[in-house]
Amino acid sequence: MYSEKVMDHFMNPRNQGEITEADGVGEVGNPTCGDIMRIFLTVKDNIITEVKFQTFGCGAAVASSSMATEMIKGKTLEEAWEVSNKAVAEALEGLPAIKMHCSVLAEEGIHKAINDYRVKHGLEPWVEKNPHSHDHHGHEDETCST
Amino acid sequence: MTAERIVYMDHSATTATDPAVVDAMIPWFSKGYGNPSSLYRIARESKKAIEEARNQVATALGAKPDEIYFTSGGTEADNWAIKGIVSANHKKGNHIITSAIEHHAALHTCEYLEKQGFTVTYLPVDETGQVRISDLKDAITDQTILVTIMFANNEIGTIEPIAEIGKVCREHGVFFHTDAVQAIGNVPIDVEAMNIDLLSLSAHKFYGPKGIGALYIRKGIRIDNLLHGGGQEKRRRAGTENIPGIVGLGLAIERATARMQEQNKRISALRDRLLDGILKTIPNTRLNGHPKERLPGNLNVSFDFIEGESMLLLLDHFGICASTGSACTSGSLEPSHVLLATGLPAETAHGSLRLTLGAENTDEDVDYVLEQLQKVVTRLREMSPLYADHKKRSCNV
Repeated sequence: MYSEKVMDHFMNPRNQGEITEADGVGEVGNPTCGDIMRIFLTVKDNIITEVKFQTFGCGAAVASSSMATEMIKGKTLEEAWEVSNKAVAEALEGLPAIKMHCSVLAEEGIHKAINDYRVKHGLEPWVEKNPHSHDHHGHEDETCST
Repeated sequence: MTAERIVYMDHSATTATDPAVVDAMIPWFSKGYGNPSSLYRIARESKKAIEEARNQVATALGAKPDEIYFTSGGTEADNWAIKGIVSANHKKGNHIITSAIEHHAALHTCEYLEKQGFTVTYLPVDETGQVRISDLKDAITDQTILVTIMFANNEIGTIEPIAEIGKVCREHGVFFHTDAVQAIGNVPIDVEAMNIDLLSLSAHKFYGPKGIGALYIRKGIRIDNLLHGGGQEKRRRAGTENIPGIVGLGLAIERATARMQEQNKRISALRDRLLDGILKTIPNTRLNGHPKERLPGNLNVSFDFIEGESMLLLLDHFGICASTGSACTSGSLEPSHVLLATGLPAETAHGSLRLTLGAENTDEDVDYVLEQLQKVVTRLREMSPLYADHKKRSCNV
């Protein structure tokens, strides 16, 4: 059911781990729904020099975290903000329809980590251009379904 | 890199067809192909083979041969039993009682009937997965026409108090159907002693072929047909008989029943060793289901901080076939309705793993699974933010 790329990133996850003194941290999802992603960023001169993730979730969630962190490494914060869930899913050679929300989580996790950095540095958080409220399954609410 | 070794521990999903059963089926494809409804000799031989299989099934259940009807499997048998009883007896009442942990074949059938205007009570279960007899007694009204409660649960392996349920139903004059798909060959069954009126079974769960099952219907019970058509199965189940399947089912149930005691002893010992090993070597782990009243091969455990589908993918990488109650494999977002009904929090249900042992499993398999499972759980926990938080909490204490 998963592409070879998804299996590769699941079996050999890139950037898995924790940055203890991270400049920005973003956490999305909740355990009731079966997936949580935590993204850690180190930012130097507006560039993401290091990125790590921790994920509780299915194969697609792990692979999405791995791929998304690969895609934003070395990018400016503006460039990283533009990495969409669709781009992550495409880079993974596709995700099953029911697993698309995993790529949404990755995008949201990155956004949250970037905004965490911005707020810590006294900057206005950026606003989501395309809120995914209808695209995934309401990870913020208790029932895991919208 | 992928392991060549395959350890199959998903016998509740399906089993490999016993080679002796396959051998018995083969003549009925190209040689004994006569339609049992025809008059000539090869047709009569087909008819005879069906009746012999009917005897084998009846013997295994303590029933009479003319109370056994062949179906395409467990799902059809459940649909027929529930819809057929309700349809033929709706003048007596409109109330059905079932449990919260039924297989979807029964559960979704009841939900469908609810939409048709019937009233359905879904009995809760205790933390081990058993229904309480007092709840059943309280639920029965003068409108109740059918109680349908599974013999043993497919996910957590819990065996229900079937004889007691049967007794209560008999005392109240309510029909009692049980989905025994997981129980055949694992638990002794006697439809007379247990007051069972209808019972569903499926061959591929006990080393028989797929696509064949049966419904036991106690003599004298009013039930409507599910499939209408030809006059097969005494005009109750239309469609040309699946003779190779029926022959296979007959032999499979005979063999499963004959070796039940010896198999149960061996398989439950393997299962217990696997369970002990898991609980001893992997912390933050719990057993789901009943500690004693459970199917001999069933093991259902939850590992904190990790998710079931990723566990299955890694186990598969090491050649281990297993199953989970996590939402991520079910195609829905809710984890297993069975685990939730036992009171397990959703996050614990997401981290559940079902290993169901069977005939071909060995001591070496248990050792291998234990070894790989420790690696898999460690690897996923190292990745998990929940585990990271847990470790920090433990350090701060």
